Amino acid sequence: MFEQSIATLAQKLRNKEISSVELTRLFLDRIKTIDPQLNSYITISDTLALEQAQAADALLSSGKGTSLTGIPVAHKDLFCTQGTLTTCGSKMLHNFIPPYESTVTDRIQQAGAVMLGKTNMDEFAMGSSNENSFYGAVKNPWNLDKVPGGSSGGSAAAVAAGLAVAATGTDTGGSIRQPASFCGITGIKPTYGRVSRFGMIAYASSLDQAGPMAKSAEDCAHLLQAMAGFDEKDSTSAETATEDYVSGLEAPLTGLKIGLPKEYFGDGLDSQVADTIMAAVKEFEKLGATVKEISLPNLQLSIPSYYVIAPSEASSNLSRFDGVRFGHRCEDPKDLLDMYMRTRAEGFGTEVQKRIMVGTYALSEGYYDAYYLKAQKIRRLIKEDFVKALDEVDVIMGPVAPTTAFGIGSKTHDPVAMYLEDIYTLSVNLAGIPAMSVPAGFVDGMPVGLQIMGNYFAEAKLLNVAHQYQQHTDWHLQTPTMAKGA
Amino acid sequence: MSIDKQDVQKIAHLARLALTEEDADQYQHSLSSVLSLVEQMQSVNTDGVEPLSNPLEMTQRLREDVVTESNQRDAFLANAPQTEAGLFLVPQVIE
Repeated sequence: MFEQSIATLAQKLRNKEISSVELTRLFLDRIKTIDPQLNSYITISDTLALEQAQAADALLSSGKGTSLTGIPVAHKDLFCTQGTLTTCGSKMLHNFIPPYESTVTDRIQQAGAVMLGKTNMDEFAMGSSNENSFYGAVKNPWNLDKVPGGSSGGSAAAVAAGLAVAATGTDTGGSIRQPASFCGITGIKPTYGRVSRFGMIAYASSLDQAGPMAKSAEDCAHLLQAMAGFDEKDSTSAETATEDYVSGLEAPLTGLKIGLPKEYFGDGLDSQVADTIMAAVKEFEKLGATVKEISLPNLQLSIPSYYVIAPSEASSNLSRFDGVRFGHRCEDPKDLLDMYMRTRAEGFGTEVQKRIMVGTYALSEGYYDAYYLKAQKIRRLIKEDFVKALDEVDVIMGPVAPTTAFGIGSKTHDPVAMYLEDIYTLSVNLAGIPAMSVPAGFVDGMPVGLQIMGNYFAEAKLLNVAHQYQQHTDWHLQTPTMAKGA
Repeated sequence: MSIDKQDVQKIAHLARLALTEEDADQYQHSLSSVLSLVEQMQSVNTDGVEPLSNPLEMTQRLREDVVTESNQRDAFLANAPQTEAGLFLVPQVIE
């Protein structure tokens, strides 16, 4: 049952083959049994989940509801959930119970989904490995010695291990796509502005975007259908109509033009990962697509540009954590400045403090032009590369990450090596285009994700392309051994 | 680019982070390596390029100047470390 798709489970719920309460209990039991090995959840909201499941069963009995009604999902612990602990993976928010609901979780709840709990994540979404959580590292269900990727690693591990049917994630520099790739699931980062950021705890406001993570493109389409759309509570929300993501899945791929950026296949890419990606591209050719080499010449600059812009925005966004209104406060402060400084030093972990300081430096007097403004100019060059390329092709394909999931602890002492892991994902966030990760094979027993990038607001096209691939492959149907039999 | 320990303490103060000597040592190394990484940007000529701050180049949407929020004082105070008489309490700031 835990391996079934949203569409199949929705049908079973409607046919009364299973109730939402039974399905929710099944997942809660699996979490209890399996999650101690993975640490993918920070909070398990079992009482609330069963209440929501009962309500979903009542709705289904009356013949109402959506495809998500009664489906157990998990939310990254970065979305504010009214009345449920929301920590953002940080000691700073270890006691924070939001008095309001994020638009994303609210819309999913309105669609009738059941919230199993909140998933583990890199603190304030800063990380590529999920080793930066106050609640401990998450493990990859395909190999418990490896990272699940970050920062939505808890969501990715939970879905891969069948501890939720689907989950929410957020992607500031690759935090949906890279963990989806490392854990062998499907995840999509929509166009910036497509999904409301209201109630998401902000890391870098001009880059952050929420999206669904699930076993398949079809399941992602069901979840995105509920999440996407204009929200007046978010001043950066795009007033562009959404498409029907589910009904668009079946369109044939004949005539699809795929661009392969030569910069994505150069030095640094593991040769077995490259072979896996090229094998996936061949599958698309069999489905009627044509392939063209393209160039994204400023790819290498996405790392320095991102690591100025994101920390700069973070240094501003995280200034609200001062111990006055919510969250951690140090003991016996001697004055206000002492309270601010000790509260923040105690509440934030090392990676967060480092990024705040990089951002503070980049925005400080005398450095603003050389760092922040320069990075914003390079950002335009990166965007122009994508606009030019997407004039010539329908979608761009390449790897999500240079390697498969790496060992826990293997990169923690070299921040630059860790940052280079994001080379293929960061530029997408700087440009604001949508992109997704689709399971495309295995290297030495670890999953490899194919990245599919598209034009602004072309989420329906990306999901269609991914779904057609998944109709002819079964990489997305594989389950890690540790998740079977429980 | 390399920064010294004094620079680290200065940045930490601006960021309102209390660092020990040991912390400053560690951050000196890691901040220097990140700043060296971002130095790569300086090799690119960006003369005449307009900075891009929002990927959709959107401008801030305005709304009518009317009150839309209800008073939720109790809900917001419920998360505060210290409150009294409906107010947030902080260490004394005026002698």
